[in-house]
Amino acid sequence: MNALVRELQKLVGQDAVLHRPEDLLLYEYDASVEKGRPEAVVFPTSTEQVSHILQLAAQNNIAIVGRGAGTGLSGGALPRAGGLMIAFARMNRILEIDLENQRATVQAGLVNADLTRAVEADGFYFAPDPSSQKSSTIGGNVSENAGGPHTLAYGVTTNHVTALRLVLPDGEVIHVGTKQGDASPFDLAALFVGSEGTLALVTEVTVKLSRKPEAIQTLLAIFDTIDDASETVAEITARGITPAACEMMDGWTLRAVEEYIHAGFPTDSAAVLLLEVEGLNETVEGQTAAIDEICRIHHAREVRVAQDAKQRELLWKGRKNSFGALGRIAPGNYVLDGVIPRSKLPQTLRHIQQLGEKYGCFIGNIFHAGDGNLHPIVLFDPRDTAQFKRAIEVSAEIIRYCVEIGGSLTGEHGIGMEKSELMPLLFSDADFALMRRVHDALNPTCSLNPGKIFPLGKGCGETRIRLHAANPVAAA
Amino acid sequence: MTLLSPAHATALESVMDPSCVISEPQALAKYAIHGIAPGSAAKPRSALEAAEIVRFAAAEKLAVIPCGNRSKLDLGATPLRYDIALDLSGLCEIAHYDAADLTLSVDAGVPLAQLNATLFQHNQFLPLLTPYYSSSTIGGAIASGLDSPLRQFYGTARDFLLGAEFIDGTGAQVKSGGRVVKNVTGYDLHKLLIGSLGSLGVITRLNFRTFPAPIAGTCGFIASFPTHEAALALRRRIVESPLSPLTLDVISPSTARIFATRTPLAAEVPVFSGENHSERQISLPLPGDWFHPQHWQLCAAFAGNPEVLDRYTRDLTRFAHDAKASSANFLDDSMRPSIWGRLREAIALFREASAAASIFRLSFLPGFQAHAITVLEGVANAAGLILILVARASGTMYVGLLPETSVEFGNGNRVDEGTLEKLSMLTQEIFALVRSRNGDAAMLFVPQALRAMPSVQAVQPKNSSLAPRIKSAFDPGNIFAPGRLV
Repeated sequence: MNALVRELQKLVGQDAVLHRPEDLLLYEYDASVEKGRPEAVVFPTSTEQVSHILQLAAQNNIAIVGRGAGTGLSGGALPRAGGLMIAFARMNRILEIDLENQRATVQAGLVNADLTRAVEADGFYFAPDPSSQKSSTIGGNVSENAGGPHTLAYGVTTNHVTALRLVLPDGEVIHVGTKQGDASPFDLAALFVGSEGTLALVTEVTVKLSRKPEAIQTLLAIFDTIDDASETVAEITARGITPAACEMMDGWTLRAVEEYIHAGFPTDSAAVLLLEVEGLNETVEGQTAAIDEICRIHHAREVRVAQDAKQRELLWKGRKNSFGALGRIAPGNYVLDGVIPRSKLPQTLRHIQQLGEKYGCFIGNIFHAGDGNLHPIVLFDPRDTAQFKRAIEVSAEIIRYCVEIGGSLTGEHGIGMEKSELMPLLFSDADFALMRRVHDALNPTCSLNPGKIFPLGKGCGETRIRLHAANPVAAA
Repeated sequence: MTLLSPAHATALESVMDPSCVISEPQALAKYAIHGIAPGSAAKPRSALEAAEIVRFAAAEKLAVIPCGNRSKLDLGATPLRYDIALDLSGLCEIAHYDAADLTLSVDAGVPLAQLNATLFQHNQFLPLLTPYYSSSTIGGAIASGLDSPLRQFYGTARDFLLGAEFIDGTGAQVKSGGRVVKNVTGYDLHKLLIGSLGSLGVITRLNFRTFPAPIAGTCGFIASFPTHEAALALRRRIVESPLSPLTLDVISPSTARIFATRTPLAAEVPVFSGENHSERQISLPLPGDWFHPQHWQLCAAFAGNPEVLDRYTRDLTRFAHDAKASSANFLDDSMRPSIWGRLREAIALFREASAAASIFRLSFLPGFQAHAITVLEGVANAAGLILILVARASGTMYVGLLPETSVEFGNGNRVDEGTLEKLSMLTQEIFALVRSRNGDAAMLFVPQALRAMPSVQAVQPKNSSLAPRIKSAFDPGNIFAPGRLV
């Protein structure tokens, strides 16, 4: 037992610090293909404890990584090299609900779906709905600027966050933003959302609560070719119709999902679109008719409309558990998160298919079509190193293509350590230099989440050195 | 106030085409901020030229303030130094517009109205209908941080600005974000540029998501009430209903009187589809006799197909009846602009009503507005100042204070000692109110004599420890708009 662990235990209690190797195993994973084991994990229950922990870590020159539920898909909540992990699982209280003003203030470790659960009886919900929402935390959503199917109409996490309580690496506790949302001189809350835990640790979040719509209509449009489905999405967008959600699943993925969930998806189709329209009864009626017409123009074999809440839930269950369903087919999968201009959807899906053939990889597609946010899923067997290598190669090629046609590396999963080496595809040395100055203004010693976002060598000037120079916990 | 020497001016001319450098005092006066003219002005023709000027300024430690069409240059505090005005109106290309993707990349100097005219051709628009609309550039609209009544439905620039290219304080051309609607690559630095008044960087290009323009038949609804409580109660009823209007504001009788009697000096340009989009700019018509300026007004706009419009009409009629509105009217395309044009231009109208107008933005949760208005009206009445206000349902409230001498709206241009004292007292009250609710207050346009008073300086919230750190990360030499914000 080393000195730092003892001090941490004094601070937060014996049962709130993990340090034995067997206890740490679980924390070397998130939902990505990356791995990285911390030397200790601590579970604070308050902002004050987080502040004390960061002061202790700073005194001992120890690297810190924050973690919500570990559902991230980019290795953002894993350490690059040891250090201390601060897990927010026990900071899961709702601090305030203000329905009149449609705001809630919660601790960072609150599970996303638990917030909606707390307010849905009153007709409200928290709009960002990542597929992981039953386990991912709001602090994690803030750090990665999480999205979800319904962000098409309602925006991603940053559009719903108005204020943050944060702890800087030296332990200083600060507030940014206001409950209402306007802030001067700068909109600092907007800077911290999506900063992947590299600038400060988020401990409390004030979010907007949304009002449930009067009417919801869920449609399932079934197509015999992927091209027809993607042309449909492009035309819905071009006509200026904004459904609440517009998700696509290819036929291959459908069959896997159907075997698992039995949602009633047609297993002989090439692609389906899961579309949702929300609003006034009158709006929903008009938009449903317009979408139905567009689907048929593009040769939809059938357009089904969910008849009740139960049918609707089943369709969504199929969508939200689709990644799990694929897990039944191959032992490993690699989920990409590229974004493309929506007008380029048909050509991009054709290209991905060709790349899959070229590399001999199976690539499924389940994604937020309306946002142009692709999630190609490359399946592989991790025990087969040649296969794994091909999977990584084809993934990088897909992402490069997304960037080439005017898109981006990641829409909602973050850069983390998974995509940091791809960042130069988008950003120049001058861009990195400014990002680094902003980083260093808040996290000058690079003790918070080192080795993330920036390509190694371009982040903290000393990232490589610090990773190894920072004292291991055991030596403290 | 400028350290620019004749040698600097000559050197500046060597950095770029001398015809793009302005040094005649008369021409420079156009760039004055709070009456202070820069030592020189430069009008680059490209982002590259703009970066060269910034590198020159950084090397010479000269203060640079970027601008567009200068309609809102007086926003914010007096700059500590002002050597070079960097006029970006020459950067005026729409660089990329993918209508089918609803995304756009546009140079900072493109006029906002011209941009929307292009988008309207594709039945799209940018819901950034900010004050001084007909004379604003897109870069200026973003740097000013002012919102628009459409915020109720579309949100603020934070919600639809996807990325930016700008020049940092070292003169490097940098970018953040991208041109796609979802993106988590690197820090969202572009969002810090919103409202930064040129203090973080020189915006050269902005990427946005565009929106389908409200379909023809955008309708206005206006209901009047003897008290602000009643108007706010109707507003709350609408917020709690399934309706989602495009705009939802409450204005005071003093504001209504300005609307009924004054027309913005700038020409009006059509901003909604369905309005007359002819080339000719027009003067806003005055509201008709359906407008009752002695009352508080609730103003809402909504759009949709005929069934949706019917639904709004039915529900709003019922709500207004239940709320015992003194009057309630629905306005069509020919009548609506008279109010909505003025709502958009409220700040401009307040400033044109009196040179002594002091205009603040108060932001706290909307549920606190009723109490806040009662308090502010009480203090303003006691001090003999006219309080004008626009209270958005989002919780943002624009408050103007006019000296009583301008009761006829037009002759109150003098700020005497007594008025200053009263304005100072009200300013302190405003900041105390906002502080009591952990909200945010910003002095937008106030007489410099007021801003300089020690009592006013003392009430302004100290910049958080972060703001100066962020400023120096963007601008290590503090050459951008020093003192205006940070």
